[in-house]
This record gives sequence, structure tokens and C-alpha cells, in this order.
Amino acid sequence: MSITRFVKPEGLPAFLAHLSKDARVLAPVVKPADKRSVVFEPWKEGKEFTLEKATVPAKAAVLPQCETLVSYRKVKDKANPQNVTLELDDTPQAETTVVFAARPCDARGYVTLDRPYLKGPIADPYYKARREKLTVITLTCNSGCNTCFCHWVGGGPSSPEGSDILMTELSDGYILQGITPKGDALLEGSGLDDGADRFKEMEDVRKAAWATLVKAPNLKDAPAKVAAKFTDVDFWTRETDRCLSCGACTYFCPTCYCFNITDEGEATSEKGGRRLRTWDNCMSPLFTREASGHNTRMEKALRMRNRVSHKFSTYPENWGTFSCNGCGRCISNCPVSLDIRQIVLDAINADKAAK
Amino acid sequence: MPVLNGKELRIVGFLCNWCSYGGADTAGTARAGQPTDLRIIRVPCSGRIDPLFIVKALLNGADGVLVSGCHPRDCHYAAGNFYARRRLEVLKQFLPVLGIDDRRFEYTWVSASEGQRWQHVVQTFTKRIHDLGPAPKLEDPEPLLKVVDMALTSLRPLGTGQKNKLDELKAAIKAKLPELEVVIGWQQGYDAARTVPLFMRTPEDVDKLVWGPFNVNNPAVYLPQYKGKKVGIVVKGCDAKSVVELLQENLINREDVTIFAMPCEGTLDMARVNQELGRYTTIDKVEYDEVGVTITADGKEHRFCMNDFAQGKCYGCTMPTAVLSDTLIGTPTEVKPGPYTPPELALLDSMSLDERLAFWRGQMERCIRCYACRNACPMCVCRDYCIAESREPHWISQEDSTRDKLFFQTIHAMHLAGRCTGCGECQRACPVGIPILALRQQIARAVGQLFDGYKSGVDPEAVPPLLGYEVEEKNIHEREWK
Ligand code: SF4
Ligand code: SF4
Ligand code: SF4
Ligand code: SF4
Ligand code: SF4
Repeated sequence: MSITRFVKPEGLPAFLAHLSKDARVLAPVVKPADKRSVVFEPWKEGKEFTLEKATVPAKAAVLPQCETLVSYRKVKDKANPQNVTLELDDTPQAETTVVFAARPCDARGYVTLDRPYLKGPIADPYYKARREKLTVITLTCNSGCNTCFCHWVGGGPSSPEGSDILMTELSDGYILQGITPKGDALLEGSGLDDGADRFKEMEDVRKAAWATLVKAPNLKDAPAKVAAKFTDVDFWTRETDRCLSCGACTYFCPTCYCFNITDEGEATSEKGGRRLRTWDNCMSPLFTREASGHNTRMEKALRMRNRVSHKFSTYPENWGTFSCNGCGRCISNCPVSLDIRQIVLDAINADKAAK
Repeated sequence: MPVLNGKELRIVGFLCNWCSYGGADTAGTARAGQPTDLRIIRVPCSGRIDPLFIVKALLNGADGVLVSGCHPRDCHYAAGNFYARRRLEVLKQFLPVLGIDDRRFEYTWVSASEGQRWQHVVQTFTKRIHDLGPAPKLEDPEPLLKVVDMALTSLRPLGTGQKNKLDELKAAIKAKLPELEVVIGWQQGYDAARTVPLFMRTPEDVDKLVWGPFNVNNPAVYLPQYKGKKVGIVVKGCDAKSVVELLQENLINREDVTIFAMPCEGTLDMARVNQELGRYTTIDKVEYDEVGVTITADGKEHRFCMNDFAQGKCYGCTMPTAVLSDTLIGTPTEVKPGPYTPPELALLDSMSLDERLAFWRGQMERCIRCYACRNACPMCVCRDYCIAESREPHWISQEDSTRDKLFFQTIHAMHLAGRCTGCGECQRACPVGIPILALRQQIARAVGQLFDGYKSGVDPEAVPPLLGYEVEEKNIHEREWK
């Protein structure tokens, strides 16, 4: 049996304080507004936090919205101004980080990102540096919701994949269960009470969570069926009618990993220049606009085809599993509630409908 | 220079090549001494000055910005400064909503021969900036997270519109459908407690059309992409304003668009509805009555009275029935205009300049530059070529700083000056709930005050105010340089 600890709700701030002694702790924080949202922010003593599912996943812990890949500066030799040396700094920006109260779909997101960033022919050094310094504490979900579908795509409300510790809400507090050696070690040093006597209760709560989920369709054929629709542009046009071509669905997705690289500032200036890596997304027409002006995906339907195919057909082809974790954020955050579930189901049922 | 004591501040000057730059030259040749804080950027004409130059300078650390061009009627290009005058005046009235003191920006006219006047302008403006001191920076204040007060009173009782003759509307659409490529309306979304845009191409599609308080999306956003094709659109009163504004700007052709309308009784603020519903898996049922809806989710009943849960704009709506339509089902509702300040703007009005800066700092931090706000805007038509992302021109970096994010919002707001109809889609689309509508509302208010109560999207023949000028502006007066 794994290592378990138990903490009362009022003990959580002390636990966070303990964690933040040697790490940056990213915790969900409520942003009050007419439309309130929950975002991950660095926690410090005294700061309020929430255990609600975040509007924005904690993807930024490994893939920040913007990071400096290289900073560069040309420095003149004072004695001999003709001699100019180029100073380069490509040290990854990586801090020891604990993500606290992610959800299982977010945690699985890290695993989805690991494959292209670490397991491909080249490991991305920036991603790697952050990933190695990351510990993930995940709060299991006690119920499903109207947009999430983790259990359609291989996950579930208590899926341990990608988490170092799984935390489950019980009637009077939280049980924390070590999943990886890193998680075990963290719990052992936490000073929290042992939770072994609550293990059975934890299992019951997790089982009850599964029971709240609506029945999942079988997506076994999805990769082949989505691929089969690739050339059916009419299909994608219809499915994409209402899309506004913003990028919300991808920027709120814990598994979207495309980026753009731009340079800012001049090497010869006092501050020097910086090469930035920022999020980019396939829903934007700029994504595929070539230097000539030609755009291979001028129509939003073709861009949507890329997004859905990537998640449900080409990523599975490369890595053997969907790159959508069913977190539902692309649905709940889309200004026109475009539903990726429906597109996949329509692709699967297309030939049935035609007959 | 003895004129001012103390350290130099950063003042940026935009001077037109033909008059003011010459004026500065004249002052220099005459050895008319001036403070040295001003850094001059020469531009061909004051009409070349995009108000965003000024916002960019102010957001990036300028303590003051001075614009100077040829006197009215004296423009080298005939009318550049007439256009500039309108834009710059709107900008001046916009800056305070960002938390920027509008005294930090001034525009004036100096001719090439007025060396002395130039000296006087620079001295006076520099002194003013020194009196104000260094400009507060967006990054400095503690984030302020105030919430918009939505306890509003509506100009008329709001309802659910269920008495409307939806069947008649459907019949009318079906009759027209053969001539049209598509008709845009609404259908139920992924559950019964929301709707999404519907694209009707067959009579079966028309059967999916719904009308009621969940119809929040503005279908006008899709019209420009169909320019040149025959399309139909179903509109609420506010959506019709977007259609009219698109017509005003020739972004669509009147003969291509068939407008179907019914009187609207209000739509729901889905943010508050979703907040009240909380986390649920299934909607069991949605029941309508005259004044509200009852949604049962996971066995629990939630009651939403329209007067309590409507979108902010609905409370002050005076045009619930389309101003322009081809097929109107029902009788237009008369609403007497009354006092109404949009709730977002009211919140900003209640704050000091410093608080506003702290507010935007606190709000914009969480923006992830997804551009849902931009793409949901029916009037934002060059979105595929938006300067927010282009490298050429390079207006804005891709950094995730609060400053860049706020700058993008000012880009959007300024590009919508005199065009925004207040449909609220930008703010509704924002997944992280940033009250960006306040910026657009302030500009709309300024435009109304400057241009005789002008409202966008009401008259298809009207020229948007920033696309025109008057030689003598009724409400824009040059400030004295005392
Ligand atoms: S969030 Fe919705 S509207 Fe925006 S690009 Fe994605 S699917 Fe389209
Ligand atoms: S595609 Fe949508 S549901 Fe799937 S992981 Fe991304 S945001 Fe979540
Ligand atoms: S700026 Fe906002 S309120 Fe104005 S027209 Fe665009 S979406 Fe509507
Ligand atoms: S903000 Fe301006 S540049 Fe950007 S898409 Fe809208 S109108 Fe175009
Ligand atoms: S919709 Fe919101 S988060 Fe997205 S770019 Fe606009 S303000 Fe930022």
C-alpha cells in the first residue's frame, strides 16, 4: 500500500507553507468578477486559495505563456571598439515548482506534453529543466461535470497518471496518497498525520465519483474514423460553421503545445535582445501563413481539422493515445460553445448517418 | 535651462513635418530657449498620428506626450489635421478610464513661423508635466480586484420572449430559404441551458431554431465572411445594430442580407447563471415563464428571474426590436430612454485614477491573449491580419506582460471608436471574465458627447464620426496655453 497522509481543511495552509519553503507553489486562486475565474498563481503565506477546478490549467508550470530562450547582447571592447563580442545566455528559466490541486486531466496533460517534448528525437532542454523540477499534487474529482469527459479518453476522476500525489476530499478533510517516489518522499517529510486508516473511505469516495459520470461512448475507432474524414472538407466546414477562429480552445487546453518564436530588442542596445518562445495555436490563420503570403490553412475548417485530427488521430498514431484528456475547457471557454466531443462523435457516426 | 528645476522627465513630441517641426526649428534658430525634456518624433502630418502611438508611449514610461500639427485649414494635405482633431480628442477622453491622467497628453497647432508660440507651448507643457511628476507605472500598484455591481434596474420589465411567434418566424425563413445560402440564428447548445449559433441551410435546420433568453451570441459576427453572397440573419435588437454598423461601413451589402427580427425581452448573463448552477453533470429540464426560467440541474432547481440575471446591456436597452429588418414578426416594443450607465463603466467611474490603474493591473494579469474578445467582436473585421500578432508592422511584442495585454485592449478599443455598438460580445467571450467592456463604453460615451449624441449602428446612412470631420467642430475646442 502506498504512503498516505491525512490533513484537515484548516491544516492546508500550513502544508502549503511547508511546501513553499523550498519550492514555488502554484495554487488555484479565485479572480472575482461578474464572470469569476480560477487561475494558478504563486502562493505565499496568507494568500487565499481555492480547490475548485481552474479555468486555466497549470500548463504554464512547464510551458509558460512566454519564456526567454536566449538573451543576447553585443558588447564593445572599451579599449578597442572594433572588437565586439556577442554575449549569449540560454539558461532555461526553471524553478523548483509544486503544482497544488491540479485535476487529473491537468496532470495527464503533463504526460501528454512529455512525449513530444522529451521522448522525441530531441528533448527540449527548457521544458526538460522545468519538468524535472516539477511535483504535481492532484485533487481527484468527486463528481463529473457538464463539459468534462476524461473517462472517454482513458482518464478518470481519480486517474493517477502524471501526478506525484493524489489528494481526495473526504467528509472531514483530505487524504493524500503518494503515487511516485517523489510524491512519497514529499509526504514522508510533510509532518502530516498518517492516513492509512482512511484508505478504505478514500476508495469509496473515488468509486462514487465514477458513478456520477455519464456513460462514455466507445472511442476505440476514433483515430481511424477521424482520419477517414480528413479529405471531407464539407464535414469540417459544417462542424466549424460557428467557430470564430480565436485561440481560446487551445490556450486553455492542458495538452496543446504549439509555440511561436520571435525576437525582441536589439543586440546592440544596452538591454540587448531576447528570443522569446510564446504560445501559438493552430486555430489562428497566422499559424500557417508562409513568408510568401501563401497560407496552407486559409479556411477555419482546415484549422479545426488540424486541431481535432491532431488530438484524436495523428497524436495517437505517433504516441498510441489521444492527446485530449477530456478536461472540457475548450468547450466551456469557447465563446460559441463549440463541442469537440460532438465533432469526434460525428466523425465516428458519419458512415452510419450516411447509410 | 533655468525654466525648470529638477530632473528631466520623459516627454515625447509628435510633430508634423510641415508646420510644427518648422515651428520648433524657427524657435531654435531664434535661440528661443526651451526645456530639454521633449524628445521629438517627426511625422508627415498630424493625421498620420495613430492615437495608439500616444497610448504606447504612455504605457511604456513616457511622462507626457505632446502632439502638434498645422493649424486647422492649414494642413499641407488639406484635411489631415481635421481627422486628427477628432481622434485625438476622443483619445484624450479615453485615457482616464485606463487610469492615465489626461493632462499628460495634449495636442495643439503651431505653424512654421510661430517660433515663439512653440517655445511657449513647450515651456507650458513641460511645466505641467513636472507639476504632475513622473507618471505612475502600471506595474507598481497592488492589483485591485473590484467587482462590477450587477444589481441593476431595467428601463422596462424584462422577460423570456416565449410569447413571440417562433413558428411564424420559422415559416418566414423557410419561405425565403431557397434564395439564401444560409440563415444564421440560434439552436440549443450542448445542454438545454445554453444556445449556440445555428446555420440554417435546410428546412430541417430551421426547425432547430430557438428564441429566448439564452440567445446571447451576436450572429452579426459571421456576416462579413459572406459578403457578396445572399444570406439571412435572425436578430435581437442589439444584433441589428451590429448589422447596421456593418452596412454603414460597407462591410456588407444591404441587398445581400435578409434580416429576420422579433422583439427581444432580454438575454441572460450566462456568467452569473453558470456561477449559480455550479458544477453539474446533467440538465434535467428548463422551464420558462413570463419573467424567468427555472433550470433543474442534477435534480436541483435554480430560479433565474430575468430582472435579476440579464446581461448588463439589457437593463439599459432602448432598442429591443431591430432598427432595420425585412421580416419583423410581432410589434416593436417601445422603451422610453432613461438614465443608464453601463455597469462596467459605472464601476470605473467610481474609482480614482490610481485605483483604475491598479484595477487594470489586477485584471489584465490573467489575460492569456487568446483573442476571443477580438474574434467575437462583429466589428473587428481585419482579425486575420491583426496588428496584435503581426511582425510587420511590429506594434506589440508577444510577451505576456500586463502592459502588452492592456495595450492590446486599447488597440481593440481605439479601433472600435465610433463603431462599437456596445453589444458586449468581447467581454462575454473573455473566458477569464475581464471587464474589458468598460474601455469600449467610455469611448462610446465620449463619442456621444462630442458628436451630438451620435450612436453607432442606428442609421445605415450615417458616417461614423471618426471617418469624417467638420471644419468647425461644435464640441471640440482648442485649449488655451496659459
Ligand atoms: S475557442 Fe471556439 S471559437 Fe475560438 S477557435 Fe476554438 S472552437 Fe473556435
Ligand atoms: S482538447 Fe479540450 S477537452 Fe481535450 S484536453 Fe484540450 S481543452 Fe481539454
Ligand atoms: S468592442 Fe465589444 S461591445 Fe463593441 S462592438 Fe465589439 S464586441 Fe461589441
Ligand atoms: S483590433 Fe483592429 S487591427 Fe485588430 S482585428 Fe480588430 S480592427 Fe483589426
Ligand atoms: S478574451 Fe480575455 S483572456 Fe482572451 S485575449 Fe481577450 S482579454 Fe485576454
